[in-house]
Amino acid sequence: MELIPSILFLQSILAATWRMATPILYAAVGEVFSEKAGVINIGLEGVMLIGAFSAYSVAFESGSLWLGLLAAILAGILSGLIFAFFTITIKANQIVVGAAFNMIGMGITGFLYRSMYSVSAVPLGLKTFQSVEIPFLSSIPFFGEVLFKHNIMVYGTLLVVPLATFVLYKTAFGLSIRAVGEHPKAADTVGVNVFRMRYLSVMIGTALAAVGGAFLVLAYADQFVEGVVSGRGFIALAVVVFGRWKPWGAFWSSLLFGIFYALQLRIQTMPDVNIPYQFLQALPYLATLLVLVGFNKRRVQAPKTLGVPYK
Amino acid sequence: MEDSMPKNNDPKTILRMEEIHKSFPGGVFANRGVNLEVHQGEIHCLLGENGAGKTVLMSVLYGLYKPDSGSIFYKNEKFDVHNPKDAIQNRIGMVHQHFMLVETLSVAENIILGQYKPWKVLNNLDPVIKKIQQMSKDYRLNVDPTSLVKDLSVGEQQRVEILKALYHGADLLILDEPTAVLTPQESENLLDFLRQLADKGLTIVFITHKLEEVMQISDRVTILRDGKTITTVNTKETNPRELAKMMVGRDVLMDLNKKEKQPGKVIFSVKNLNVKDERGLPAVKNFSFDVYEREVVGIAGVSGNGQSELALALAGLMDSDFDSIILNDISITKRDLTRLNQLGMAHIPEDRQKMGLILPFSVSENFIAETFNDRPFSKYGFLQFKTIKNYSQSLVKKFSIRVGDVDEEIAHLSGGNQQKVVVARELDRRPKFLLVNQPTRGIDIGATEFVRQQIIAERDGGAAILLISTDLEEIFALSDRILVMFEGQIMGEVSPNPDMIEQVGLLMAGKTIESAL
Repeated sequence: MELIPSILFLQSILAATWRMATPILYAAVGEVFSEKAGVINIGLEGVMLIGAFSAYSVAFESGSLWLGLLAAILAGILSGLIFAFFTITIKANQIVVGAAFNMIGMGITGFLYRSMYSVSAVPLGLKTFQSVEIPFLSSIPFFGEVLFKHNIMVYGTLLVVPLATFVLYKTAFGLSIRAVGEHPKAADTVGVNVFRMRYLSVMIGTALAAVGGAFLVLAYADQFVEGVVSGRGFIALAVVVFGRWKPWGAFWSSLLFGIFYALQLRIQTMPDVNIPYQFLQALPYLATLLVLVGFNKRRVQAPKTLGVPYK
Repeated sequence: MEDSMPKNNDPKTILRMEEIHKSFPGGVFANRGVNLEVHQGEIHCLLGENGAGKTVLMSVLYGLYKPDSGSIFYKNEKFDVHNPKDAIQNRIGMVHQHFMLVETLSVAENIILGQYKPWKVLNNLDPVIKKIQQMSKDYRLNVDPTSLVKDLSVGEQQRVEILKALYHGADLLILDEPTAVLTPQESENLLDFLRQLADKGLTIVFITHKLEEVMQISDRVTILRDGKTITTVNTKETNPRELAKMMVGRDVLMDLNKKEKQPGKVIFSVKNLNVKDERGLPAVKNFSFDVYEREVVGIAGVSGNGQSELALALAGLMDSDFDSIILNDISITKRDLTRLNQLGMAHIPEDRQKMGLILPFSVSENFIAETFNDRPFSKYGFLQFKTIKNYSQSLVKKFSIRVGDVDEEIAHLSGGNQQKVVVARELDRRPKFLLVNQPTRGIDIGATEFVRQQIIAERDGGAAILLISTDLEEIFALSDRILVMFEGQIMGEVSPNPDMIEQVGLLMAGKTIESAL
């Protein structure tokens, strides 16, 4: 008799896992590009917020979720361009600029949201991306629920991760990116434009981070809230390290966060659990970090010039 | 168009660089009007001391630096080079002193890096790998294109660098001090190989500061000093002494007049020393040796075979395990290792800028870096500036260090004078045991001469000296006995007889002493 409820419990947790992992995964895959090229962007959190707000406001005003997503990507690219200008052209310290991006992202989205929407009498919700049930597969018991009833942005991760792997490991562009992060001068001496490669990698990174932020308003909650990203950008940074700077590594690591997040959501809804919700909310962050730190004893090679400006 | 054509349209000339000036921010003038003319199919040596401007000149040709002024003519046309891509497209290849290889990538990936448009899909590298295999067969540069660069030895990495340049297509090949990282045999093979390439019509510019190499390999040689061309001569019409004089600007005493060794008692003795490197891998393995009074023991070896770890462990700067270490009849425990200097050891570290000196400090502050807390330099916790200054001035005089004022920041001194400060400080403590690592790396001939004489004087004064050096000439010139180090082990002991240089080379490459003798 106990068996059926616990399977349902597991099913609901696992079904939520992938969805919870999705925003982190987009940001982490983007950061893999950036860090492979030798630029560490700790401003992911800020960029995700900018992405989330851009997506929300454009989707809300235009009524199109796709336009919202496009707006997020453009905002992400623009953020990347600014980040790259400071860190690559001006050679400012990458950590400092990243920290500034987090502050600015928080401030600017909070300010714009309040000035644009806080006094509105109109309902501010969006009609989010709905679940797409894959024919036949979604009716498989257990697995149908866990794997085949998600919205388009969740499925999108299955496109982004292999694509990122292909670009990084099977194209001349990817080869240049990897070289530029390890030994930029070597790349320079054979005619690779180090600055261009780093700019592009940073912009790919912030575009994907913005998509991760957009997910939160277009496909998860239906509305922008100040600080909606709530630390996922920082988790994404840890996920990149734990995933050994590889897109598939980032995929599995973000699922880890997802599972803890789903778990705490479930526990919150249990009637007889008396843990303050603040503790539960902190659980996925704490658990992910502990696991990441605990499992990180293996020697991982970060790109050798990570954080070091060229020339 | 007319004025951009070279003056003498000599068909033999493949490259002419005229009045090249290049300075760097901070007012360093690396090239101050350099002229160079290279003939088609010759091996042309660029000879000069460190800092003479050889590498900078070639980096200008390769598009890495933009010259302040001057012009380049290549294959009878004005050559405007903006970046390395221009150089590669014009069939100029360069093998840099510090390899330009990405360690985490494979040999093949390194070779094709930068060769394709970004969107080119590199799904199948087989054709590239085949071509590299064919080339490595043709040129007899044995290397596996699928292995990762980080798994290759230094010699193999150099082969990859040469293959890379040839794969890109080169009519003019520049090599920057290529033998610095090789064993004598590897160097010999490389020089033979370059000769074959030149015979096939390739033009080679060979940067070096080693006179024997110039004599052995080159057709002509251009000497640079202080960023200027001194002259270009036919190698056949010159000799090492003349070259040295042109390179340094004065006569050089190359003999040390070393006295016969007078063996005394054991001063320093090590049994079974083991040291792990930063990655936790064994770097020094069961190392045992004795150093006697009035003796220099030289540790020869290719760089990276555990020499740094050996020196750091003996200086107490790196964790180690050992059965026993005895200094001057005192048995040293692990805990004592950090205070060996108080027991009569002095240490001249391999990297003066990182370990030997505090660069933002003044010359006199560096002199008292170890003794500032002792009388007479400090009384009741106050530094005695007058005493310190007098002491510093006396050292500057004694070791003929070229410095205006002892309060000057040491970062402003030349490498040779910086090294003299380290040597002066360490030797003035009259050590019983002196640990010296790479004492003349990167300093000019004059300072080298001086430092070596000081080491010999110290030996004759009774000290036991352990000399670690990757410079074989230095090892042979200074040592009374030579231990050869390979992958953290002693491969054998040889006497510093010049006839033994080949054996030392074999030991350096990891051959056992039985097979080497």
